[in-house]
Amino acid sequence: MSTSKDIHLASVEKIISGLGTVSYVASRQIATAILIAQNLDKPILVEGSAGVGKTELALSTAALLDLPLIRMQCYEGLDESKALYEWKYGKQLLYTQVLKDKIGDVMQGAVGLRDSMTQLHQFSDVFFSEDFLEPRPLLKALQYDEGCVLLIDEIDKSDEEFEAFLLEILSAFQVTIPEIGTIKAKTPPIVFLTSNNTRDLGDALKRRCLHLFIPLPEANLEEQIVAARVPDIEARLRRKLVSFVQQLRGLDLKKLPSISETIDWARVLVLLHAEDLEPDLVRETLNVLLKFEEDIRNTDKQIPEMLRQAEKVAEHGHLAATI
Amino acid sequence: MQQPFEQFVRALRAADVQVSVAEVLDATEVIAAVGYDDRQLLKDALALSVAKSVEEKERFDTAFDLFYARTEFKGEFDAWQSPDDLAPDEQEPAEDCEPGGGEGGDADGGASGDGSAGEAGSTEAGSTEASLAEMILAGDSQALAAAMEAAATEVGAGNIKVFTQRNYLARQMLDQMGLRDLEKMISAIDRDPEAPADGKLEALKQGRVQLFNEAREYMERQFELYARTAGEQFREEYLERTVLSNIPPRDFAIMGRVVRRMAKKLASKYVRRHRRARRGHLDVRRTLRRNMAHDGVPFETVWKYQTIQKPSVVAICDVSGSVASTARFLLLFLYSLNEVLAKLDSFAFSSHLEKISAELEDHSVEEAIPVILQKIGFRSTDYGQMLRDFRDNHLASIDRRTTVIILGDGRTNGADPEQQIMKQIYERARRVIWLNPEPLSSWGTGDSEMPAYQPYCHVAKTCNTVKQLERIIDDLMRSSVRA
Repeated sequence: MSTSKDIHLASVEKIISGLGTVSYVASRQIATAILIAQNLDKPILVEGSAGVGKTELALSTAALLDLPLIRMQCYEGLDESKALYEWKYGKQLLYTQVLKDKIGDVMQGAVGLRDSMTQLHQFSDVFFSEDFLEPRPLLKALQYDEGCVLLIDEIDKSDEEFEAFLLEILSAFQVTIPEIGTIKAKTPPIVFLTSNNTRDLGDALKRRCLHLFIPLPEANLEEQIVAARVPDIEARLRRKLVSFVQQLRGLDLKKLPSISETIDWARVLVLLHAEDLEPDLVRETLNVLLKFEEDIRNTDKQIPEMLRQAEKVAEHGHLAATI
Repeated sequence: MQQPFEQFVRALRAADVQVSVAEVLDATEVIAAVGYDDRQLLKDALALSVAKSVEEKERFDTAFDLFYARTEFKGEFDAWQSPDDLAPDEQEPAEDCEPGGGEGGDADGGASGDGSAGEAGSTEAGSTEASLAEMILAGDSQALAAAMEAAATEVGAGNIKVFTQRNYLARQMLDQMGLRDLEKMISAIDRDPEAPADGKLEALKQGRVQLFNEAREYMERQFELYARTAGEQFREEYLERTVLSNIPPRDFAIMGRVVRRMAKKLASKYVRRHRRARRGHLDVRRTLRRNMAHDGVPFETVWKYQTIQKPSVVAICDVSGSVASTARFLLLFLYSLNEVLAKLDSFAFSSHLEKISAELEDHSVEEAIPVILQKIGFRSTDYGQMLRDFRDNHLASIDRRTTVIILGDGRTNGADPEQQIMKQIYERARRVIWLNPEPLSSWGTGDSEMPAYQPYCHVAKTCNTVKQLERIIDDLMRSSVRA
């Protein structure tokens, strides 16, 4: 499997074209990040506003390398027992209850306290063995012999302690379970952490990661992305739509539309069999792009002008293409 | 290989990109992996491993481009070379003439003097100084760039601190490169009446001017790289300590940045603190009750959660004429506080009290402050009226969890101070904090009613710099979390 990794991740160009085959249009920066991460065995911390394809990057990488993807969604209050492992407490208890009657057999022949203790010691580890261990995402990620892609989503939503607790896993790809010992990954997983930047992450965590920032895309890249994700859309409409979205991003809005919204909008237009961007159509479907009533209201007046502009870009692009 | 990278790290640190030692090691590995050949790849790869936030990425980009513009010097020297290329066009014969002059030197005394001066130079102190003239004549920009680089290291160009040093350091650098000998040579030719009018003199003079410009630009880049941000940081630190009313309007923009950074710092600090206080403990009582059915064997566990008290703050800001110079910052501060605290009720007044929470919430800081100031600012103060308004409309919202912050000078133009209302507030609120931009010594002078209000404040402090503001808010947050 490592050979397939080596082939797919040999150079920036290979990575770009490889991700292209799984419909992810990567910029050079993104491809470089994966290349370096692979070379240095380091996790990648991906930042960027919502919907620029942070999570998608991990999914696509897993698809490209044909590796299992383990996804861990972070939230406030997430702790080790949910992220790493948990003892199957109920099972342990049940077993002790059921085995209560067996205790006589075990103790048979034991004379005196010391003797019984020695007898008991022989069984002491039974209840803290892997049989009673419930592996959670992080531990699972270390257990794949062929390696995997581990996605720790929205790390900024978790608590600070949890961040600290991740450090051992991220730097050495191992975890220590006091009752059992240290479990180390045979093949280090490719780790992506994503963050929406709702809070500053600790320096210790940042230091251990490569830091990739995915900005909102340029028109050209965005067009490629839409083309890859919504192949049914006609080229001219696509160019117009992208130009429109790009203009929207220039406005003073509460929440700027990001790539996922552009893609959604393209899909909606395809579903509606739209031939062209008509002002009314745009008005009706604008709620796909803009998520605040206020934004929609503020944009309304400028739609015709922006469409005219988009028309020009589409014409121009078209002309350029034919020449 | 290693040294330029170390220098680059220094430039990064100077540009306020935090680079730890471990990151330097990472970066070295990165360089080993990608090599120096592909500049864009190198840039992307380094950015991944040393610049760890969006702001740092921007600074990294600038620093990288600046730093490598320096090594790419040749590009600029090409531009320099082209006038020189032009010159050889005219002087092509002259260049031919030079060796010719040397040959002819046996016969022609003047020319031989020139030649011997050059030779003497070369024997005197090695190749550098001889080559300075030669390099200029040959238009060998690469060699010049290399010589300049070496000279820069020699004079410690990277230690530049202030912009005005650049001419001095540039001159030193040129001296190091052997400028004196070039000058000697030029003046020798100049004085020599028999020197052939082959344009060599002009070429050298022109070269010297070019060299000066180049050196000065070089130093400017050094300044950009190593000193500019440090200077800005120094300025910001200075502003943090300056009395608010003394801050000149031209620094408002920087102040905005400083205050916002402070707010952000406080915010991230206390967001974490909240969470730390929220650890679960086993709720033994409820666990036992829940597990009665299992014969008291605790199959299901119930956890206790500590509810934390978020600070609830009422802030009242004086924006009247008497505090005109500080009102801006007090509002700026309120605005920042609004971003930090979950529950903040803000008011502003000159005489009548107005709620401004909505303005702070809806507008950006640049818009909100003028809007508020225009609406209620810069009239004459009446603290009594303000307190009456507060009592009539908002007193009920104050309970034992509320902290009241009053920002103002307590100068009430002789009107009734109404301190009994302050007393009511004092009795209801958890804490009353009065932050006064005036120094303690002027409290109670003239129309200042601070002595009347002071007994009804838990804390009354002078607060007229950003640093003080930060400290006070820090205390406030800490105490409210502990509760």
